[in-house]
Amino acid sequence: MAMPQTNALSEESPSTADIAVSARNVSKNYDNVEALKDLSLEFPRGQLTSLLGPSGCGKTTLLKIIAGLLEPSAGTVHVNGQAVTGPGPDRAFVFQDFALLPWASVIRNVAFGLELRGVATSEREAIAEKYINDVGLSGFEKSYPHELSGGMRQRVGLARALSVDADVLLMDEPFSAVDEQTRRKFQEDLLSLVANENKTFIFVTHSIEEAVYVSDQIAILLPRPSRVSDIIRPTGLREKDLTTIRRDPEYLDIVDEIWTSLKTYVE
Amino acid sequence: MMNRSLLLKLLSAFIVFGTWEIAGRIPVSYAFPTFIESMKALFDMTVDGRLFAAYGETLKPLVIGVIISAIVGIAVGLWSGLNEWFDWLFSPIFIVMQAAPLAALIPLLVMIYGIGLTSKIFVVCIMAMPVIVLNTAGAVRNTPSSLTEMGRSFQASNWEVILKIIIPAASPVIFSGLRLGVSAGFIGAILSELKITPTGVGDIITYSRSIADYASMYAAIFSIIVLAVLFLNVLEKIERFLFEGNNRGYASD
Ligand SMILES: Nc1ncnc2c1ncn2[C@@H]1O[C@H](COP(=O)(O)OP(=O)(O)OP(=O)(O)O)[C@@H](O)[C@H]1O
Ligand SMILES: [Mg+2]
Repeated sequence: MAMPQTNALSEESPSTADIAVSARNVSKNYDNVEALKDLSLEFPRGQLTSLLGPSGCGKTTLLKIIAGLLEPSAGTVHVNGQAVTGPGPDRAFVFQDFALLPWASVIRNVAFGLELRGVATSEREAIAEKYINDVGLSGFEKSYPHELSGGMRQRVGLARALSVDADVLLMDEPFSAVDEQTRRKFQEDLLSLVANENKTFIFVTHSIEEAVYVSDQIAILLPRPSRVSDIIRPTGLREKDLTTIRRDPEYLDIVDEIWTSLKTYVE
Repeated sequence: MMNRSLLLKLLSAFIVFGTWEIAGRIPVSYAFPTFIESMKALFDMTVDGRLFAAYGETLKPLVIGVIISAIVGIAVGLWSGLNEWFDWLFSPIFIVMQAAPLAALIPLLVMIYGIGLTSKIFVVCIMAMPVIVLNTAGAVRNTPSSLTEMGRSFQASNWEVILKIIIPAASPVIFSGLRLGVSAGFIGAILSELKITPTGVGDIITYSRSIADYASMYAAIFSIIVLAVLFLNVLEKIERFLFEGNNRGYASD
């Protein structure tokens, strides 16, 4: 591949971990709004990278470019070494507003990605069943989305993304619609997903605490036009006990550090 | 709840028919029969088979016109909802059609298509088609973009997006457009019988008026209203049955 190598990434990204997704010099303009400008970022395989930044800074835009739903105005995104030209089976999206089909039952919604891939009914329902079970929704297969709570709907969206078994999961503020208790439960579930499924997670969040709690790598984005201002790797935290992590001095330091660097833009 | 609404319906029917009866007995006009006289005329027409023969005539342009309007209207509506260019080209036609005073167009239609069935079918189509087209196009355009984006993210082809996402999402509104189209078609069918050539129910109305048999005239008018209401009720039931899930709104709202 004759891609000119860029050195825009000055961060010491681990040279050993291989890179599942890389964005190189990506810019995106909407008419006269410059959403992203010359953004470069690498996402190590099997890890969870959070995108953290103020509202409107282009996190959703970046995620949709990686998904192939939007075309960048400049720059390229590579997934497993292949340049992205559109949506592909190697990526699955978890939508912020769930994007469930209101006329379809939970099981049909979860199996919908497989349905579009032409998997036979019995086979896709068996797969969907497994993931419905994994996200803790067994017994609700025949329910309709409107009969579920916000958190349950989010889990349907998550199960749908998991069931297509993509390498890369793109999650756009997946926990924003749930209460604090559910959110914490989801965060723990997410950590065990990262540990058990060998997938790469790209996770958009507004919450600093959440980012530090779940991430292997946190990319802090500047306000529009967005670039990566900082990459933080709370590697030390990943070895620690989950139940005490929120009281850990290292955790608190990182949260503080991020807050300090973001604060200047909020004011 | 169900019983109460049934009770209310019966009560309002009783009030309407009671007022009719009283107005007929005063009488407000010598050309206004009582409710009971009208019902008797209706009974006579039903028994001697005149009513069935008349509906056989009236329903022909209605059914053909509504079927054409549904097929063409949904197809055109889908296309113009999906394609801005096509929409720009065709939707003005239907907006004009919807706004045009139909009675003024009838002489033109008669000149072109004669006084036969064709002209009557045209009148039904002019009445029924615009609302079907405009509802369908609007529904397609209003498909939540997050749903089509979701489909694309799972590599749905354009056809799959249309068949599995856009059409199901739009179908409640398409169907209610169909229902409105049918009721407009009823108006068109009767209008064409009154304005083009008196056949079917239109003939009963025109003929009874000419011989001053007002009871029969009101009986015919009454029967067409009852038929239209019954038919629309059936469509509404079907609609509710088909789109139960959709009526609950979008889960993300
Ligand atoms: N379709 C669009 N047309 C025009 N401008 C857009 C469009 N989508 C996004 N933008 C602009 O691009 C910028 C980035 O939007 P984006 O949705 O990516 O932000 P975000 O970081 O996801 O914000 P939030 O955290 O609030 O979800 C915003 O300022 C927005 O005004
Ligand atoms: Mg966003």
